[in-house]
Amino acid sequence: MSEPVLSAQGLVMQFGGITATNNVSLDLQHGARHALIGPNGAGKTTLVNLLTGVLQPSSGTILLQGQDITTLAPHQRVRRGMVRTFQINQLFDTLTPLETLAIAVSQHLGLGGTWWQPLGGAAKVTERCEQLLEQFHLTEVMAKPTHVLAYGKRRQLEIAIALACEPRVLLLDEPVAGVPAAEREELLHTMAALPAVVSILLIEHDMDLVFSFAQRVTVLVNGAVLAEGSPDQIANDPRVMAVYLGQVDSQTPVAAQAVESRHG
Amino acid sequence: MTVQTSPLQNTLLARARWTWWEWLLWVLALASPMLLSSHALIINEIAIVALFALSLDLILGYAGIVSLGHAAFFGLGAYSAALFAKLVMPDPLLGLLVSMAAAGLLGALCSATILRGTDLTRLVVTLGLGLILMELGNKLDWLTGGADGLQGVVMGPLLGQFEFDLVGRVAAWYSLTVLLVVFVIARRFVNSPFGATLKAVRDNRLRAMAIGIPVNSRLVVVYTVAAMLAGAAGALLAQTSGFASLDVFEFHRSADVMLILVVGGAGWLYGGVAGAIVFKLMQDALSSITPQYWTFWIGLFLVVLVLVGRDRLIRPWTWFGQGKKG
Repeated sequence: MSEPVLSAQGLVMQFGGITATNNVSLDLQHGARHALIGPNGAGKTTLVNLLTGVLQPSSGTILLQGQDITTLAPHQRVRRGMVRTFQINQLFDTLTPLETLAIAVSQHLGLGGTWWQPLGGAAKVTERCEQLLEQFHLTEVMAKPTHVLAYGKRRQLEIAIALACEPRVLLLDEPVAGVPAAEREELLHTMAALPAVVSILLIEHDMDLVFSFAQRVTVLVNGAVLAEGSPDQIANDPRVMAVYLGQVDSQTPVAAQAVESRHG
Repeated sequence: MTVQTSPLQNTLLARARWTWWEWLLWVLALASPMLLSSHALIINEIAIVALFALSLDLILGYAGIVSLGHAAFFGLGAYSAALFAKLVMPDPLLGLLVSMAAAGLLGALCSATILRGTDLTRLVVTLGLGLILMELGNKLDWLTGGADGLQGVVMGPLLGQFEFDLVGRVAAWYSLTVLLVVFVIARRFVNSPFGATLKAVRDNRLRAMAIGIPVNSRLVVVYTVAAMLAGAAGALLAQTSGFASLDVFEFHRSADVMLILVVGGAGWLYGGVAGAIVFKLMQDALSSITPQYWTFWIGLFLVVLVLVGRDRLIRPWTWFGQGKKG
């Protein structure tokens, strides 16, 4: 197996006496579609914050393409290709999608500190914006302020911003959370069409999505890795079932159960 | 040379282009000391206050930093200009540059205090800064003249040619020109990628960081620039009035400039200019009608403005419509 693009080794995060992340190791392969699942309070968000640099781990190391990024600030990690989306939209409400993407693209191309040329003055910026707007079905609404957009569009923009940073590793934090059914299809399409060179770690509750999207799944419980494997292995892992179904002795695979509970 | 631009690029660049009314406004502004020569003094005052408000707009409107101590930089600029003229040399332009440098230096030092915290903590920190500088100006009376102010500031001629006249026409042109130059630069600045990343920080700091914007360095730069420009406004006041007193540090200056931005609207640069015109003219007109109670009417105006909303207030024809439109 080739060297992983992202490798977290023995991450520990302690808040006072509470261990939110307990010796977690995780490897993300090139071009991976890797899902991270776990019940509420399993430490998924903490892990994302550790990987993106919002939090500093109590111990452990994080390697991005072989380089140690454990102590880098969030924006420095972004420059090296580690980009995330947010579970709750984090958008620039008063700006338009076009402006938003132009900012992200400019910043990625190293033009973010330019103060004499206008935003969008560089053709390479606007060309990339045009592609992104199209790819994420935002062309029609590109000149409207972000806060008036439909939720599904805002969700698209959430991912488009991340992609504008040309990530090597993309952390998708519950990308379809709260998206109405009518707009869900479109979003799933864009996710499926994300470029293969981008390695993706998907943090998700929605088991349908996890099992249709991911080639590999890691299950996090109480801050530690409970199991890792292919979707099939995970769906039939008795330990995982126990966590998701309580201690009930059931033969129902996780996927089916999750679908049931989502509709119920 | 014309460069082909795509429609999308045009949309993006539209904001950076000058429109006809802007040209008109500046031509009128520069002509005003001649057209309204008997009002040159208030034109000068408006230009200075507009510059001060513009500097606050850079941090408040574009970077979302609420400050109630912006007079600290205004005051430092005023005293620097007065002292420079008195102790070093009377050239106004050199004095202006020195004052901007001094205020900018203070801004750079103080920017560390506004990087963290919420709006409320920033409000308190900036307020405190204004108070500290005022008390320093009071205490260091061997240098600043203390409560008496710094008197006897004699300015040399502008560019070695134009003496400041008594009616204030040269002063008005001087202030208007400085305002225009600063405005043109500020306008490019806010429409650049740098300015756009500031707006990103204002709208969502978390996400700004998550797309690789070095948030703290952006805030340090804009705070320093805003301090420099506030210093320039203060310098203009001291130079054109030939006087600097503790009044330049007063809390009401910080508060007034904030009100001016509220009146004109933050985050589009012209808000400071429009607000300064409205505020100063109202102040002038009201205080000549009712010298004791003019603040009552200013207060009433502000309450109405905020309750009714600026957009509706300047469009009276929408008051009796069907209620909702656009």
